[in-house]
Amino acid sequence: MNQPAPIQMNQSEAAHGNHREKLRINNLHAFYGESHILHGIDLSVNQGELVTLLGRNGSGRSTTLKAIMNMVGRRTGNIVINGNETIDTPAYKIAHLGLGFCPEERGIFSSLNVEENLMLPPNVRSDGMSVDEIYEMFPNLYERRTSQGTRLSGGEQQMLALGRILRTGANILLLDEITEGLAPVIVQKLGEVLGQLKERGLTILLVEQNFRFAAPIADRHYVMEHGHIVEEVHSHELEAKTELLNTYLGV
Amino acid sequence: MFDINLFGLFGQLLVGLINGSFYALLSLGLAIIFGLLKIINFAQGALYMLGAFIAFLALEYLGINYWAALIIVPITVGLVGIMMERFLIRPIANEDHLYSLLLTFGLALIIQGAFTHMFGSSGLSYAIPEELKGGNRLPFMYLPNYRAWIIVASVLVCFGTWYMIEKTKLGAYLRAGTENPQLMQAFGINVPLIVTLTFGFGVALAGFAGVMAAPVYSVSPDMGSNILIVVFAIVVIGGMGSIGGSILTGLGMGVVEGLTKYFYPEASTTVIFLVMVIVLLLKPAGLFGKEA
Repeated sequence: MNQPAPIQMNQSEAAHGNHREKLRINNLHAFYGESHILHGIDLSVNQGELVTLLGRNGSGRSTTLKAIMNMVGRRTGNIVINGNETIDTPAYKIAHLGLGFCPEERGIFSSLNVEENLMLPPNVRSDGMSVDEIYEMFPNLYERRTSQGTRLSGGEQQMLALGRILRTGANILLLDEITEGLAPVIVQKLGEVLGQLKERGLTILLVEQNFRFAAPIADRHYVMEHGHIVEEVHSHELEAKTELLNTYLGV
Repeated sequence: MFDINLFGLFGQLLVGLINGSFYALLSLGLAIIFGLLKIINFAQGALYMLGAFIAFLALEYLGINYWAALIIVPITVGLVGIMMERFLIRPIANEDHLYSLLLTFGLALIIQGAFTHMFGSSGLSYAIPEELKGGNRLPFMYLPNYRAWIIVASVLVCFGTWYMIEKTKLGAYLRAGTENPQLMQAFGINVPLIVTLTFGFGVALAGFAGVMAAPVYSVSPDMGSNILIVVFAIVVIGGMGSIGGSILTGLGMGVVEGLTKYFYPEASTTVIFLVMVIVLLLKPAGLFGKEA
């Protein structure tokens, strides 16, 4: 009589977990032409979590984000976003499931000014941040709102790339190397911003090279190598697994 | 003596502005298509000719007058363009751009050949609409109403197009789509649809130019291929893909051609190519083009 109880509890826990699961990837393979880049990725990100993809350059972290957005040549497996299977969904429909993508090269448009860049992506959900809130978060953008987008400094461009997807109401953010090449003070500012976004309940999948930036704010880390996920580390295991991470990341 | 010269000078300037209006409309269409699709639409001239012929046939067989044709013909030609993009160009969109260039060039030959077969090559005439007949004697020249209308209407259409592309949200989609279509898709914008509609619009401008041209130029199958070579030179001078540049260069080169006709008529057919060579030597990206 006592036996079935734990099983039932597990099931209800599982059901609860599924409800909180914003992004689930099963056995994802991705290809650019003939080259096979991702070899069966499995990962999941829950509501309100900040999860990082760590790894060396070329390990497939950016490709994973692009594969989620259907920006790679070909992909197979399962990608479930907010409960919707999207492996066969055309690229332009994916954002409307609540995704915001911030590409590694930032993707600021030179033919658009700062404000046009900010207003460019269509709203994907109704409760995005207002333009005023974004200007409040990044006052530099307000001051330079009529400048050509690519005239901004690297840090300002990064803020613009981030602000742009916060405006759309996306509640799952895919952020690719947002601290790359930026001054420490701006990296610190971005860290604060990610903290605020977490408090708002946004779900974030972050590709990051700067482990010291990622470690204090992330809940979990996946380590990638050669297109595989080779390790999953919870934030409370960080100290115990430092050696291992150092080996994988080559720091 | 001086008066006669002035009269001739303004006359040539007017002819230059009229030719320039057509250059501007056609090169604007090419610039829009090149900007977003990165393809050079060699069929633009044939579609301009198609516009003139549809206007002619609509009047002849359906009694559709000039004013209605100004609306209906661009839409019809635009639809032809949409079919072209959707069913012929899109399947080879990922191939080398040389293929789409060959494809549109082939289409131009087929369209032109079909019309030559059906209507001969001598040319047909289309009457100036009643409302625009006659003209005004200005102090220095005689200005026929229809010619004034061509300039005004083309400038309005060109400026309206420029405004839409440079100043509106739809235009921001277009400009951004030109730069990074993949990221636009990732933002949730249906780029293939925008590409198709843009192609249709660029081609519709040629159809519009065709209707405008019907009453002043002879409606003939080779009217498109004659003007297209000059228009390509203008697109190169203005800078590939520059919207404002294509309009200003189109009008400007028409004037340059007109002035040359007055001062040194022998060079009038080559002057645009001479300008092209000089511009390419001094500014390889064109007058308004962005350096790569």
